[in-house]
Amino acid sequence: MKITLTLNSRTITADVQPDTLLIDFVRNHGCSSVKRGCETANCGLCTVLMDDMPVLSCSVLAARADGHVIQTLEGLQNEAEEFIGFIADQGADQCGFCNPGFVMNTIALLREIPDPTDDEIKSFLAGNLCRCSGYEGQLRGIRAYLESRSNKQNSEDI
Amino acid sequence: MQKKEFKTVGKGIRKKDSMQLLLGKPVYLDDITPSECLVVKVLRSPHAHALINEIDTSTALKVPGIECIFTYKDVPQERFTQAGQTFPEPSPYDRLILDRRVRFVGDAVAIIAGENERCVDKAMKLIKVKYEVLTPVLDLHEAKDGKILVHPEDNWKAPCPVGADNKRNLCASDSTEDGNVDAVLESCDYVIDRTYHTKACQQAMMETFRTYTRMDHFGRLHVIASTQIIFHLRRILSHALGIPNNKIRIEKPRIGGGFGAKQTAVAEVYPAFVTFKTGKPAKIIYSREESQIAASPRHEMEIRVRLGADKNGKIRALDVYTLSNTGAYGEHGPTTVGLSGHKSIPLYTGSLEAFRFAYDVVYTNTQAAGAYRGYGATQGIFAVESAVNELAETLGIDPTDIREKNMLREGMVMPAYYGEKTNSCALDRCMAKCSKLFGWRDKYPVRTMPDGKIRTAGMAIAMQGSCISNVDVGSATITLGDDGCYVLSIGAADMGTGCDTILAQMAAECMDCHIDNVEVAGVDTDSSPYDSGSYASSTTYVTGQAVVLACDKLKKQLCSIAAETLSCTDDSLEFDGDRISNLETGEFVTLDDISYQAQCNNEIAVRATATHSSPVSPPPFMAGMVEIELDPETGSVDVLDYVAVVDCGTPINPNLARIQTEGGLVQGIGMALYEDVTFSDKGKIEENSFMQYKLPTRLDIGHLQVEFESSWEPTGPFGAKSIGEIVINTPSPAIAHAIYRATGVWHRNLPITPEKILFGIE
Repeated sequence: MKITLTLNSRTITADVQPDTLLIDFVRNHGCSSVKRGCETANCGLCTVLMDDMPVLSCSVLAARADGHVIQTLEGLQNEAEEFIGFIADQGADQCGFCNPGFVMNTIALLREIPDPTDDEIKSFLAGNLCRCSGYEGQLRGIRAYLESRSNKQNSEDI
Repeated sequence: MQKKEFKTVGKGIRKKDSMQLLLGKPVYLDDITPSECLVVKVLRSPHAHALINEIDTSTALKVPGIECIFTYKDVPQERFTQAGQTFPEPSPYDRLILDRRVRFVGDAVAIIAGENERCVDKAMKLIKVKYEVLTPVLDLHEAKDGKILVHPEDNWKAPCPVGADNKRNLCASDSTEDGNVDAVLESCDYVIDRTYHTKACQQAMMETFRTYTRMDHFGRLHVIASTQIIFHLRRILSHALGIPNNKIRIEKPRIGGGFGAKQTAVAEVYPAFVTFKTGKPAKIIYSREESQIAASPRHEMEIRVRLGADKNGKIRALDVYTLSNTGAYGEHGPTTVGLSGHKSIPLYTGSLEAFRFAYDVVYTNTQAAGAYRGYGATQGIFAVESAVNELAETLGIDPTDIREKNMLREGMVMPAYYGEKTNSCALDRCMAKCSKLFGWRDKYPVRTMPDGKIRTAGMAIAMQGSCISNVDVGSATITLGDDGCYVLSIGAADMGTGCDTILAQMAAECMDCHIDNVEVAGVDTDSSPYDSGSYASSTTYVTGQAVVLACDKLKKQLCSIAAETLSCTDDSLEFDGDRISNLETGEFVTLDDISYQAQCNNEIAVRATATHSSPVSPPPFMAGMVEIELDPETGSVDVLDYVAVVDCGTPINPNLARIQTEGGLVQGIGMALYEDVTFSDKGKIEENSFMQYKLPTRLDIGHLQVEFESSWEPTGPFGAKSIGEIVINTPSPAIAHAIYRATGVWHRNLPITPEKILFGIE
């Protein structure tokens, strides 16, 4: 079957099988940041944005993306660069395999709740597993970014 | 090496690969290897124990796109081990690539390769296998000298004398004793005699097992693998395929986590065999299900501890017997078990009069075990630390006081640890600092909250090693480049831990330059200097020391070139990182000058390799304390606070050491509370996905606080010891302790699920 969708601002028309998963479709179209960590929608590694909402691309058929706008980390590098340095400063990237899904969902978090509490951060990102970091470094990184952003805003206000 | 102020070592520098990883750049195996290759999959046994009577692949081979299907009839008949260990491996040679006898649910039956996943999946369903189903041995208690043999074959062999005997289902067996344990126990006021049980937990690294293989331009087998052990892997494939080592080249890209799982060649043989037979590139990517049922998890262990003490809580004797389940194959079986005693008993060297440590490692028809962070120490420390906590609670002595009376201290000789002396041990300081940060005196008492939930605390101490003494080899090659920068080449595998970065920090410290001036070369058996690999907590300690030695050699080479230019002797020169100066005349040459002089009419190499091995394995130490809230209505446990204080010698990069610790604590919390492995009565693992095998999420871990209490290890680079494994060892005993405090019930079988807690209360 033929589908047409927007992938990172590029319109793509392609033939897919009815059972092709979105994760395989985007990986086959150059978006290798999207990772498969399980096959059961439990790990969050394959998170992409579909019409600006985070979805697990292992649980969405490519056919369902027909007519929709899909964004992966390849298309959101600038938005990611605003905060990922703070994660790196904690050493919390570690093996990195879960990072793209985590970064994508953090982008979604910061769009939805611009100034989240620790509990809101943990709750929003609960579906993003990480086996290396123990999560605390990721939280410290996001917290450090929010503080730096707020300090910057305060100094601009003055 | 003397202690001094460092410029780069001891700094929380970003990992050199951080930004690429965080931006999702293509750096992992499946991102960088061509998709145009054969897709390889493995047909797996539905039976725990069976003989293949007939296997018919004729229909399957007709599926369009199928390249080949291999069965036990097609593979070499020399047995080998997939364990990544120094040759001769302690693990028995008990595997064939494919065997007529299948030994666990998930064992390999056939290898299928085809153009795409779709045709391979279709062909897999069309392979007709007739099994003669045999009775399996599933219970580790029934294995030793039982009627059912997992490895009856005559070509099974154990290359090392580890007490193995396949006709008794024994993968290893041994006993050591110091002093007269039975006599001391007899004279003790109290003997705690308990049996503890831990499960075959999964490493569950986020990137599953995967390998790409091709033939290179010389007709050699070129393997790109997600592995911790490039050099061992080369030898394992050479044994498996029956081809010389030099016909194989192994490379490792970025690895999406390992934790020991990738210290076993779990998946590599299958695509390697396909490429070897067909000459065509091939790739295997394990599903999560395969990684759960046919991989290399922790060894299930049952550990009996007899701990003798006087009425004041002085621990006089420890008798530890471990029964370890290696599953269907013996990878890491003979070695993991050793740590269950060697890295638990010495913690109480301070007062111990006698100890005995004995073990049996048995084969069963369950998934083969392997190496997992902690490597047996985790299991042994759960048992011994729980027994010490039971003693403290029996005597009504504060658990920190009982450890204060008995624990290992700096300068002591450890009879239960190869007679090594502790040159560096801040265990006492770790516990004191941990108590203070945690608020032990306030949190230890049992407190009932207004909502009926119970808060209290538990604790444990731990040790590990730093390398396998007299075995592990680390090497480093450092080369001066054109522009005064260096390339550091190592054979150790960064699997996310950051060893590329911390080794570069050491090189920068030695060469007195910025870390950005040290590039770290890719890991490749063709070009990297030999390294045992990244395991056994060895990389910082052993490979790190090799980096220091290589830098010393390179500095001498640089001085020799400068001496020719300045027409003086080497020993009148000093290198300050940028220039080499004659202290007497003030003349100097810059590093840039030397870079170019090295390329013109020069006979002195600006490349130095050093190789290091250590006669000792200095233990890191730590203390961990946990506060929990337990709901007596449901049995559920929330971890509120976890404080850990670690002595890893000098933390080379405190940020990365902290993250290692936090990650290990969270894995340990999972092991203690949720991560379970259960079997159907036919031997099929129930927890075959992340749906059933529950990893801790960020909502499950409360607040973690990690600090360091450093000692100085004189044999380590910059005073460093290891950090990677010890960090998983305290949660299980500490949490079991806290649950006892809250409920009055000791749980000696992991994981301690709400159901067990609730039934325990009732």
